[in-house]
Amino acid sequence: MKSVIELRNVTKVFGGGKSSTVAVDDFSLAVDAESPPIKALVGESGSGKTTIALLMLGFILPTKGEMLYKGQNFQRLSRRERRMFHREVQAIFQDPFGVYNPFYKVDHVLDIVIAKLHLASSRAERQALKEEALRGVGIRPEETLGHYPHQLSGGQRQRVTVARALLMRPKFIIADEPVSMVDASLRATILESLTKLNRELQIPILYITHDLTTAYHVCDDITILYQGSIVESGGVEQVIKGPKHPYTQLLVGSIPWPDPSRRWGEGQVAVVDRESTGADNQCKFAPRCPFVMPICRERRPPFFQADNGHAVACYLCEDKPVVEGGKIGPC
Amino acid sequence: MNTQLLKLQELQVFYHTDEGAVKAVDGVTLSLAKGERLGLVGESGCGKSTIAMTIMGLIKSPGRIEGGKILLGEVDLTKLSEGEMRRLRLNQVGLIPQGAMNSLNPVSRVKDQIIDGMRAHNQQISKRELRSRVYEVLESVGLRRGVARMYAHELSGGMKQRVCVAIAISLHPQVVIADEPTSALDVVVQREVMETIGQLQQQLGASVILAGHDMGLMAQFVDRLAVMYAGKLVEIGPVKELFAKPLHPYTQLLLASLPGLAQRGVFRGIPGLTPSLVHVPPGCLFYPRCPRAMEICSQEVPALREGDGRQVACHLYDSEVLT
Repeated sequence: MKSVIELRNVTKVFGGGKSSTVAVDDFSLAVDAESPPIKALVGESGSGKTTIALLMLGFILPTKGEMLYKGQNFQRLSRRERRMFHREVQAIFQDPFGVYNPFYKVDHVLDIVIAKLHLASSRAERQALKEEALRGVGIRPEETLGHYPHQLSGGQRQRVTVARALLMRPKFIIADEPVSMVDASLRATILESLTKLNRELQIPILYITHDLTTAYHVCDDITILYQGSIVESGGVEQVIKGPKHPYTQLLVGSIPWPDPSRRWGEGQVAVVDRESTGADNQCKFAPRCPFVMPICRERRPPFFQADNGHAVACYLCEDKPVVEGGKIGPC
Repeated sequence: MNTQLLKLQELQVFYHTDEGAVKAVDGVTLSLAKGERLGLVGESGCGKSTIAMTIMGLIKSPGRIEGGKILLGEVDLTKLSEGEMRRLRLNQVGLIPQGAMNSLNPVSRVKDQIIDGMRAHNQQISKRELRSRVYEVLESVGLRRGVARMYAHELSGGMKQRVCVAIAISLHPQVVIADEPTSALDVVVQREVMETIGQLQQQLGASVILAGHDMGLMAQFVDRLAVMYAGKLVEIGPVKELFAKPLHPYTQLLLASLPGLAQRGVFRGIPGLTPSLVHVPPGCLFYPRCPRAMEICSQEVPALREGDGRQVACHLYDSEVLT
């Protein structure tokens, strides 16, 4: 397997001394370049999702472990390679309002990219490029070009940022909560353009979210994060239809399904004080876990292979074989 | 349902801008029974937050109530002076605001923010009683007593939202209005907060209006659902019936656009955009986006027709008797 981006045993600590926060703890994830997947990274707020996005974008460096870009250590890239990296790895952020300067027309965000990367040599060519990119994400250029950001709907604005990312012909897109600030009725359109990019242009996507329902629809495989560590990882059908880790079960049980006859399960997992964090040598979820066993408080669980490509870090799956070398996920 | 607690009658709220009046809420008639949970659902800009703020008497210029009544029991809230409204706010109607992240005062302790409201409504209350009341409301929303001494930045998103719930219910209001109370929270916290609101509503016997755009949350929480589009109600009905058999094409599309567990990877957004509320076109406002539009739809505004607990405003049902 050739990977575009790989995080290998990455730990990121913010601050120092007593007040340090371990945002990401021994995290590994590889994104395949050849059969590009849409991967979901799911976790509650404060679980380290965005830190991982920032690490993958090269905006911050890991405290421990390494990030590999096309098999090379990111920190050892030359200037030219690093430029290439920033072009090929693109992000789509949460807030479709914040990324625009309200004084410029929306064309501006596309024009900058075209100018900086010398993509067009004439005005006509530039126009054609912009229109092509916008059509690629399913919006009509005549409805968006020449307009100011406030004249567009949230869905249109967000899709223009997708179009901007597209102009760079990226090799990898990180979408950090791309639909959480968009109306439910418009979410579908954005998710549709993301899946189209993946299927038609073969661009791997990391979809970061706390919303399991959209993750279920868009993604091929899913990684569940709890306090900076992976608790469960596998194919999306396996994980959402048959969650093995108690935390994943809590997440899946809390999805508000749009079906009045299917109410939230009654308190499957007790909610303990959120501040309680497991000590270093115990399972992080132990203080909140209803199935906690003595061993959970003694040692951190390794990954157990529940199914083909389905790994769970929980002693409840102790009867299953341990995944060797931390190589988890269906890759 | 004879005990109607809150009634909106032909309510109209316009925002007066340079380009003309924005008809944010245009002729909404709605009633809320005692102990009922009513959902108000629609896209952003459909007027659901305006309704919430109007009931609270918090509509500020350029917004103005142009017509209609809001009856709380026998009292018409639109006729009250600001002073009378102040006595009623929090005491009888409580608001859980949108984006609790930003609605707490960052430089004041949680307990002082809870006490503020209590003291404003009862000057005679003693310090000792205030303290015990603060602990009582914090515990009722599932927070530790220690939270009382904390500042907003020391709390997580879910805890902040609980503090907002605590403030809203601190004087045991009859009506609680929750305006997208969980929009920035993740699923587990969302569920905890909604369950807290639900339990308190049952204990207090209060009625709740939940405004939002998350149909999933509505399905989990409310008894009756009102669907709004461009300042008007398009459909009201008991939530189970409405989900099982949506009548209005807009409701149908809204439900179809939701991801369920059934078919994976199928997306159906609603094409088109909401109409301008300044120059309101004639006829049904959903007409340009409606897949089942007819000739009459571009000319005549459909009336909200009633029948057996369900109401719908659509010409498709002009000749039918609703069942």
